[in-house]
Amino acid sequence: MDISTQSTQAPPPTPRSSSASRKRAARGATRPGDRVFLALSRGSGILLLVIMAAIAVFLTYRASLALSKNEGNFLTTFEWNTGLVPPVFGIAVLAFGTVVSAIIAMALAVPVAVGIALFITHYAPRKLGGPIAYVIDLLAAVPSIVYGLWGAIVLVPHLNGLFGWLDTYLGWTGIFSWQGGAPRSMLTVGILLAIMILPIITNVSREVFRQAPQMHQEAALALGATRWEVIRMSVLPFGRSGVISASMLGLGRALGETMAVATVLSPTFDIQASLLDPGGGTFAQNIAAKFNEATVFGQDALIASGLVLFVITLLVNGAARFIINRRKEYSGANA
Amino acid sequence: MSNAPVTRKHASTLRGGSLPKWSPWAIAAGSVVAGLGISLAAGLDSKVQWGLIAAIVFVLGTYGFAARVEGRRQAKDRVATSMVWVCFIVAVVPLVSLIWETLKRGAKVFDVYFLSHSMGVVADTETGGGIYHALIGTLEQVGIASLIAVPVGVLTAIYLVEYGRGKLARAVTFFVDVMTGIPSIVAGLFVLSFWILIMGMGYSGFAGAMALAILMMPVVVRSTEEMLKLVPNELREASLALGIPKWRTILKVVLPTSIGGITTGVMLAVARITGETAPVLLLVWGTNFINNNPFSGPQASLPLYIYRQYAAGTPASTDRAWAAALALILFVMILNMGARAIARWKAPKTGR
Amino acid sequence: MKLQRMNRRALTLGALAVSGALALTACGSDDTGNSSGGGSSASASNNSAIKCDNAKGQLQASGSSAQKNAIDAWVKAFTAACKDVQINYNPTGSGAGVTAFTQGQTAFAGSDSPLKPEEATAAKKVCGGNNAIDLPMVGGPIAIGYNLDGVDNLVLDASTLAKIFDGKITKWDDKAITALNPDAKLPSTKIQAFHRSDESGTTDNFTKYLKAVAPSDWNYSGGKAWQAKGGQSAQGSAGLAQQVNQTPGAISYFELSYASGSIKAASLKTGAATPAAATVENATKAISAAKVVGTGNDLALEMNYKPTAEGAYPLTLVTYEILCEKGNKADTLAATKSFLTYIASEDGQAQLTAAKYAPIPAEIITKVRSTISNLS
Repeated sequence: MDISTQSTQAPPPTPRSSSASRKRAARGATRPGDRVFLALSRGSGILLLVIMAAIAVFLTYRASLALSKNEGNFLTTFEWNTGLVPPVFGIAVLAFGTVVSAIIAMALAVPVAVGIALFITHYAPRKLGGPIAYVIDLLAAVPSIVYGLWGAIVLVPHLNGLFGWLDTYLGWTGIFSWQGGAPRSMLTVGILLAIMILPIITNVSREVFRQAPQMHQEAALALGATRWEVIRMSVLPFGRSGVISASMLGLGRALGETMAVATVLSPTFDIQASLLDPGGGTFAQNIAAKFNEATVFGQDALIASGLVLFVITLLVNGAARFIINRRKEYSGANA
Repeated sequence: MSNAPVTRKHASTLRGGSLPKWSPWAIAAGSVVAGLGISLAAGLDSKVQWGLIAAIVFVLGTYGFAARVEGRRQAKDRVATSMVWVCFIVAVVPLVSLIWETLKRGAKVFDVYFLSHSMGVVADTETGGGIYHALIGTLEQVGIASLIAVPVGVLTAIYLVEYGRGKLARAVTFFVDVMTGIPSIVAGLFVLSFWILIMGMGYSGFAGAMALAILMMPVVVRSTEEMLKLVPNELREASLALGIPKWRTILKVVLPTSIGGITTGVMLAVARITGETAPVLLLVWGTNFINNNPFSGPQASLPLYIYRQYAAGTPASTDRAWAAALALILFVMILNMGARAIARWKAPKTGR
Repeated sequence: MKLQRMNRRALTLGALAVSGALALTACGSDDTGNSSGGGSSASASNNSAIKCDNAKGQLQASGSSAQKNAIDAWVKAFTAACKDVQINYNPTGSGAGVTAFTQGQTAFAGSDSPLKPEEATAAKKVCGGNNAIDLPMVGGPIAIGYNLDGVDNLVLDASTLAKIFDGKITKWDDKAITALNPDAKLPSTKIQAFHRSDESGTTDNFTKYLKAVAPSDWNYSGGKAWQAKGGQSAQGSAGLAQQVNQTPGAISYFELSYASGSIKAASLKTGAATPAAATVENATKAISAAKVVGTGNDLALEMNYKPTAEGAYPLTLVTYEILCEKGNKADTLAATKSFLTYIASEDGQAQLTAAKYAPIPAEIITKVRSTISNLS
């Protein structure tokens, strides 16, 4: 979705900044039709706020029902057993898995996405760049369940070789040691998520790079800079905030992704140092996996974990807005 | 011709040495051979590894040759170029594979029968059956979600662009941004908690549609907002100057001018929610039979159908999962291409 | 003028889309009966056993995925005879099945374990104050499936199993395994133990067995969620079977019908002289040794995990259909009753063996039949 970041580039709304026009608008609102219309549109805006509030309130309410009966520590227990009497469940493993898989996905996807974006805007032959951009646009719309299906049936068997290789040459690090089970670990999830968010990050970054000031680039070229130096000195600094906000979009999707993770991961309620051995799950995956057998109480417990995911994504999004707003001032001066 | 050596020297200081034009291809070919050779020698059997080794050899080779012939700055530039190409190829392989596998495996059972029949009483292990019930479910759920989300989204965008100032507008803008990032499963849990657990309603297509609407609203707001901002102010002012009330100005001038962009945004949003599985998994319950009524009784849905058939794990059901995935991708792609075509066709003629 | 025309065109497009969608709703079909050749021919000849009793409408049911394949076969035979009934059995899992039933969303629930006291209380609300009852319908041996080249008749016992799944035995040539299999050529490869990642009645029954027979080696309280640390996991029995099929040295537990391909099922050493193989007949033998613990018309069974009878395979799961004894919803009662009568009948139970499920022993099933005939 390249829509949301355009806002950072789009010209600010010009109408009605003067007090005169404000007065006129206020006078306009006295006509009955205007009043109705204003009420309708303002009501919609308020409805959105109400929905957000309702999400927070309802999730918190149901979560509190579950948490009050939890015998384990919600934050540190390595277990999810809501059927027990008394029930025991905790999100430690889920938080670990969610964060780790998202980090892997970002580490893999962001550099590659920036590379593709540069490829489309600055390297590819012009005739090729347009169609490629179009195709990647389309790929951003491929539903996650299809990625999940592809990941589980096509990708996973192909990873046996990679995992064996990592274990042989990098196994001594501990992070890449492998017990030789099915390659359905956090790393697998990270790779699949990276593939999924790649088109999204690429699309937004591409838009930003394309808008990099032509004058700067030509000036740099005229000074004898190589193409890479042009990009490093005038394109990347300009696009940095755009890339960051694109990455945050991707991160948001990686954190909340459900089906692709649920089909690919072999989750266990355990934390392993190795990324190749099964260990950990993610919030969304756990909800999808446990929902079926859950009693009403179990559903409440899952809602509690969903609330945590909700808060995490709120924080990530808030941070993204904060960074973008600050960067905007910077790059406004630079660009 | 006594000055010939001098000119040659001049030329070389100005232009420096340079690799012939065919050199990247030669190095690429060489590294592919090297990658294959090393892999075969080491007994690696994964094509992914072959590709990786070839890519590494390519980058190192390019740097080595270029640094010797052209100097370090040029070498860095060439490495950057090849890195960008490698990025592109590395990324394209899985994406092409995804499309290719879906087409190849999906085509096996994808036909008119598959589209026009439900699963009925076909067992997981048997061949046959189709996605008609899921198609109906998805169309109805997405339709209801759009009926809820589009008016709210467009009106909110109008509020933000045409009226919005002050705290309320700022709050709405902020929360629209935040709402864009809500994981789909959280939207599903929300509807689950308030509609099913607290209100005590049953699982139904409508419950799923509500969750989808929540996911759709911020996307519609965002895209509509962008489009309304593109409408030239002169149009508004001209209309207002003629004494036309503001609401009529918005309805008759602003909206029609930006209708193309808004439609595009809406279609992209529809394409996005069509593929959402998580909320549907929690809310519509799934059935093997046709249920045309989204307000009562369980419904099926295309993404959910794919998940169920995949989870059943038999060869026949896996074939059906791929075919349904193909149908879903086609649906989403057609929406997307349509949206982009409309965007091009009706693009606001501003000099942006 | 131009603007208005555009508006109208958009409207027409929208109207077209809506009417197109509406038109679509009329052209699909639920009739998939002729599409698949084999499988149903045997059942078709037995149609005389099915009495439709003018039952009509759609029957919603959900629950245990363990009995899904059995229900599939039954539904097929039943709806072939009673064309006015549609039965939608949703394999959501036992817990969700019971929840949906107590919320009044389904006509009956399928479950791997009988109702718990608090569930029974919740169910009373839907039954208008009457009791909900458990009717055992399907027995299923839980196979210990393994993927090991050249080892055909693996024998294991509960304590070895417990140690394997708890990560205490990690190699196939461990002393405990070789002692049970003196003749087999066991490799020294790692054991890849797979368990269910979702909550499951199969896990519940499997761990109950381990806890009952080898309490010192299995120190977990049990339940539908897997509790031991380590090992790998997959979703659903199908997922497990897929993983075991692909992974050499893998071992897991799932319903016998999933043990195909390169998966072989291990025999269990019990109190009897020879180890019991995981077969349908041996499972029925084990169910015969179970005792009814339900009160009144409730026929909840308690398995005897240490049978001494020759050939009884103790790792057997019994799945129940759960519904109200009295006070079932009037609009679905006829269909429910007619369907349950069929599946408890001799013909219905005879279908099970082909799908690798175990019929319920005659003594218990006759009680089930008389209970069904009194449902209201």
